[in-house]
Amino acid sequence: MPPVLPRVSARVVVPKAALQKVFDNLRDAGFSLVGPTVRDGAIVLEEIARIDDLPIGWTDEQEPGHYQLKPSREREYFGFAVGPHSWKKFLHPARLKLFSVAKQDGRWLVQPAQDAVPRYAFIGVRSCDLNAIGIQDRVFLGGEIRDPLYARRRGPVFVLAVNCGKPAATCFCSSMKTGPRVTVGFDLAVTELPEIFVVEVGSEAGSEMLRDTLWEPAGAFDLGRAAQVCERAERAIARELRTRDLPKLLYDNLDHPRWDDVATRCLSCANCTQVCPTCFCITVEDTSDLKGTVAERTRVWDSCFVLDFSHVYGGNIRPSIRARYRQWLTHKLASWIDQFGTSGCVGCGRCITWCPVGIDLTEEVKAIREKASK
Amino acid sequence: MNVGVTPLELQASPDSMLPRQAVIQAIRPEACGVATFSLALTDPAEAAAYRFLPGQFNMLYLPGFGEVAISVSSDPGEPRVLGHTVRYAGNVTRAMGRLKVGDFVGLRGPYGSHWPLGNGSGRNLVIVAGGIGLAPLRPVILAILRNRDAYGRVVFLYGARTPPDLLYTSEFGWWRERGIEVYVTVDRADETWRGRVGVVPQLFYLIRMEHKNTLVLTCGPEIMMRFVIYEALARRIPKEAIYISMERNMKCAVGFCGHCQFGPNFICKQGPVLNFAAIEPFFGKEDF
Repeated sequence: MPPVLPRVSARVVVPKAALQKVFDNLRDAGFSLVGPTVRDGAIVLEEIARIDDLPIGWTDEQEPGHYQLKPSREREYFGFAVGPHSWKKFLHPARLKLFSVAKQDGRWLVQPAQDAVPRYAFIGVRSCDLNAIGIQDRVFLGGEIRDPLYARRRGPVFVLAVNCGKPAATCFCSSMKTGPRVTVGFDLAVTELPEIFVVEVGSEAGSEMLRDTLWEPAGAFDLGRAAQVCERAERAIARELRTRDLPKLLYDNLDHPRWDDVATRCLSCANCTQVCPTCFCITVEDTSDLKGTVAERTRVWDSCFVLDFSHVYGGNIRPSIRARYRQWLTHKLASWIDQFGTSGCVGCGRCITWCPVGIDLTEEVKAIREKASK
Repeated sequence: MNVGVTPLELQASPDSMLPRQAVIQAIRPEACGVATFSLALTDPAEAAAYRFLPGQFNMLYLPGFGEVAISVSSDPGEPRVLGHTVRYAGNVTRAMGRLKVGDFVGLRGPYGSHWPLGNGSGRNLVIVAGGIGLAPLRPVILAILRNRDAYGRVVFLYGARTPPDLLYTSEFGWWRERGIEVYVTVDRADETWRGRVGVVPQLFYLIRMEHKNTLVLTCGPEIMMRFVIYEALARRIPKEAIYISMERNMKCAVGFCGHCQFGPNFICKQGPVLNFAAIEPFFGKEDF
């Protein structure tokens, strides 16, 4: 008789160490596991194999322009907030070969890039990041023309999500209605308690991965404790972005003096766009061999903070940092909604933490709102 | 996770970034540093299926150099041979200047919105172009000439910096004969020039405009288009009847690279031809 698996939408508890069995099940099913791990003084997203690879016992301290790893007394598996990496590094890689062209006998052989794409299992996805994936889905798959490179990576992804227990000081997902509790789009969603995980089953595939994990149906006591984790996290989020009429506010204030003010602080370094889980802009690089018989095209992440981004014959459309910061913020919070039916911001706070001068978009919006022209 | 995309659908999705091979059939010098490349897709099935509408553009590709967005400047009624009027300005276009008839370029498209010609409907048209901005409007004129009776009065206002910068001048006589009013000006004359001198928007003063049932279609430097719009509005042409074609940096032409954004619009998707009423809040905004 096969072992019975929990049904979809069931909530079960598993011992913490049983997460290793989930990892093993995923690997046996052909998934490549990627998740949080400690590297270079930060929690990054990389390939992981064992639960020991997780940042167990680590937490982070985040403020505008500040990120510091700290050991934590509780040996939590997921006792930290999001780091500099987001899942877009797997779904929308920073460098991706598009195709090569070989000139042969007066004809061109156009060869699409044939890279092996792993079936990823994302371990430890926060609600903000799950929403960010949903936003990039709309960008790359929601239109008439779809990006086949994104689709190939995105289609088979397995998501093991985590309900946030310890939001950072830079987080504001509650303003963007993207967290901290995971609600949709997961195969498994775990809430961490001191000795167990409470696991919500989101799909058949998720249920399958709980095989041989000693899972038990969750009782009222454990469900209550899990709910408290989410409530505490919600209360811990202090940062706020008022989204009411935000597109109109920004469109009506394209000449607001605050743009000049932020331009004196912004270094135009593009960090915010690189850590942002939804920023999708790319450019293309062309290379060839010395004889010019074989050429390649590669797409790479770009940023609207790069001067050449807006280059046309005769100059750049946005020569000033003022214009480039304004483009980024109005796209993220206003025109994104016109383009894709959703804000481009999930409130993960990465752009605040990783800005070298600590520019905080929630503060910039507040300042514009306080002295709005309309 | 449920994303609503099945693997089968994903396979069916063609790779939008892959260029098709096209051969150069002719290169016609048009002006100083400007030439029209007549291209034909080498794959017979692709060539037979290709259609474009006036105002749309293609991405032209040279291996190792890159891609550039170029409007189709030829007759939409003859889509087997695609004219691309190119100014040798950047890395890719300068390399194109070294190509000869029989050489290959990559081509994908057509992309973007088109001029609202409909089937004519007896409408009057004022077509206003500056410099190489005439390239995306030439298919409009050629489409009108194929069906001249379907339109009302058609006025063509054109200018360039100097007389040698004027494009397609050898065709103007034929356009006039077929019932298009042609007015030409240059910013700076030379010793050969016997025509008007002055900026393009001033040509509006030469024509008496019926404001009803009239469309204004314009393409050129943004500063020129701003004053064209000003002159059109001054003649009580409604904002909704004014269309402009805009240029922005473009890397993908399918809405993924982000470079061509203009407020809510992607110039590659909602543009390059945009209705003025829809973009008025952003048009002319400094460094936007």
